[in-house]
Amino acid sequence: MSNQAVQARTTALETRLRVANLNVTFGEGEKAVNVLQNITLEVGAGEFVCLLGPSGCGKSTLLNVLGGFLKPDSGEVVIDGKPVLGPDPRRIFVFQERGVFPWMTVEGNIGFGLFRLTKEEQARRIFYYVNLVGLSGFEKAYPHELSGGMKQRVEVARALAVNPDVLFLDEPFGALDSITRLIMRRELLRIWQKERKTVLFVTHDIDESIQLADRVLVMSTRPATIQRVVDIDIDHPRDISSRHYLDLRDQIFEQIGLAHKV
Amino acid sequence: MKRWQSRISPFLTAVLLLAAWHAAVVWTHTRIFPGPVQVLAGLKDLAGRDLLAGYVRDSLLRVSAGYLAAVALGLPLGLMLGGSPTAAAALNPPIQIMRPISPLAWIPLAIIWFGVGSGAAVFLIFLASVFPIIVATIDAVRSIPPVFRNAGQNFGLPSAMLLRKVIFPAALPQILVGLRIALGIAWLVVVAAEMIAVDSGLGYLIIDSRNAGQRYDLVVAGMLLIGIVGVILDSIMRRIETLKSVRWGFCND
Amino acid sequence: MTSPLQITSRWWRTRLRRAAPWLTLAALLAAWQAAVVLHPRSLIPGPWPVLLGVVELAKKGLLFKYVLASLFRVTWGYLLAIALAIPCGLMLGWYRHCEYAFAPLLQLFRPISPLAWIPISILWFGLGDSAAIFLIFLASFLPVVLATMNAVRNIDSVHLRCGRNFRLSEAQLIWRVLFPAVAPQIIVALRIALGVAWLVVVAAEMIAVNSGLGFLIVDARNAGNRYDLVLAGMILIGLIGLILDIAMRRLEKLPSVQWGYIGAK
Repeated sequence: MSNQAVQARTTALETRLRVANLNVTFGEGEKAVNVLQNITLEVGAGEFVCLLGPSGCGKSTLLNVLGGFLKPDSGEVVIDGKPVLGPDPRRIFVFQERGVFPWMTVEGNIGFGLFRLTKEEQARRIFYYVNLVGLSGFEKAYPHELSGGMKQRVEVARALAVNPDVLFLDEPFGALDSITRLIMRRELLRIWQKERKTVLFVTHDIDESIQLADRVLVMSTRPATIQRVVDIDIDHPRDISSRHYLDLRDQIFEQIGLAHKV
Repeated sequence: MKRWQSRISPFLTAVLLLAAWHAAVVWTHTRIFPGPVQVLAGLKDLAGRDLLAGYVRDSLLRVSAGYLAAVALGLPLGLMLGGSPTAAAALNPPIQIMRPISPLAWIPLAIIWFGVGSGAAVFLIFLASVFPIIVATIDAVRSIPPVFRNAGQNFGLPSAMLLRKVIFPAALPQILVGLRIALGIAWLVVVAAEMIAVDSGLGYLIIDSRNAGQRYDLVVAGMLLIGIVGVILDSIMRRIETLKSVRWGFCND
Repeated sequence: MTSPLQITSRWWRTRLRRAAPWLTLAALLAAWQAAVVLHPRSLIPGPWPVLLGVVELAKKGLLFKYVLASLFRVTWGYLLAIALAIPCGLMLGWYRHCEYAFAPLLQLFRPISPLAWIPISILWFGLGDSAAIFLIFLASFLPVVLATMNAVRNIDSVHLRCGRNFRLSEAQLIWRVLFPAVAPQIIVALRIALGVAWLVVVAAEMIAVNSGLGFLIVDARNAGNRYDLVLAGMILIGLIGLILDIAMRRLEKLPSVQWGYIGAK
């Protein structure tokens, strides 16, 4: 494992998010645990980046720092030229389906962030995003009446409805069954290609990261560093049995230290 | 089969119970303890003298006044203390010391402050319900999953709106349980308060019937009425807990 | 790195949070004293006479006697109640037929305030300890039975299937799977029941016996308006109630039941 952080390359796109020398420690004194070490990365506008690593490696912590929910011990996060000081509606965080408010209907959830708009504009956007995620007919349903995949779509729609510049997704499909997960990936790609948001997507699923991302940042554990950056230079829709796809997959398996044969 | 059993068995037990009660009274030849027939006669007697409705109304009015005052103070205070650890640390000791003082221990002070009358009883009910409400609300706010708060902040809600649209609804299911328990305690305390501090209401009916001529038929009639009103209050609170916007907090999925 | 400014502000904040309880307590005592000074003709004494009252009670040996009398009643009534209530609740939840037969009976008695039983308990047991113990028994038995029954009914069926899968006998299943699975909910019910029992003993002692902390309060008022002793009694009731509650909350912290409270949404 290389201790030196690999610097994520600048892309051709205009830079939207820049992270420099980020460090996060939990606890104090002798019990202090270094969770994130020297993280440096750049993400371009409209880029889809996956943070890939095993559970508990600190990738969620990184995403929480980027979202403004957690203050780093040192280093800075700059989005659109301004340092991140706290959560902001221009950058919406999507949790696993737990983030849907169970006391609101689908409509209420999707319209949650639209309180500054007029009633007509709210209704128009809710209608649009209910349709975009394929939930028409379920506007008045409560989350406990929906399946896991539907709840997840509600949360994605809620995030998109406020028209954010950046989406942070923290293992959003982790709690879904594998078939629903495949469908949700396709949906997310379809929406991303349509709306071109900048997306940071945390996952521990190697295939998921290669299917979705423009770039995959492979992270190491405790303290988390960016071990390697893999460019996924395949056009969408991706053929997941192509030679190149399998090569990239092998590279990442090797990087994580797993032989790709069971 | 099962359905039939569950429908019929409550009546069956009730009938058996009444029969056993009646038999016990007949066999022991007791002159003091009433059987079901005497109790029914007692209830009729009370209703005939127009005391029944008046007593039930007085008890209910005292409970509503004290309980609503407790909700009006306890709910906002609990929300505030649940959200601010510093405020909670400051106000916790007085709350923790006052809370376990049985509300009935306040009876002498209540009588000094409010005299013998409804005021004292209302004050006791207020005391009895306000602490459970505060504590339940604090616990409810503290156990809100951080995901909800984070999501609310993420969309840039101003703090008043965050409280109204996220914190309060997220805590509501647990708060409702606290409110139901507090109402049960209030109903328990009004009976005791009326035994000591006033001269109307169901608690007074019980103690007065005993003291004035050992009318145990009226004592048991009073107990039944207390039970019936208690069941109604409890089922109203449980009805509120099944509303769609709070039911998520009670199902286990 | 952390700035020195940040360190000092954090230091002050923790200091403030630690001192806050003592500050409010001091403020409360001062307010009490001030109220007494401002209303010299009030019957309510200040903090100092109340403290003297506690000392006086201790010197006369009444303090120990009354506290012991109240605790004695609560202990007997409460222990008797839970010794019966937990097995009954497990049975009622486990065997549908028991539930059909007895649950309506419990539902009938539960909403009757235990204090409404005071005249009947005096009739049956006379003035004395037994009447008070009976009232406390009633107050704690019904909530614990019902909570246990509901807990058993709502148990996750996966646990039971797992137990059956390992061929546990009925008794083993109840003892090794059912009981630990419902323990967290039973403990919450036990804590609430103990709070109600402590409330009821005070009321019972005010009416039905002539010793204990409830009696102290009524007696001090009736015999010469000794409000210093009334307040001393209240504070003792509060302190003991607090200790009982803390002890019960300790139980909820046990690792073998804590799973029932964290992450339960």
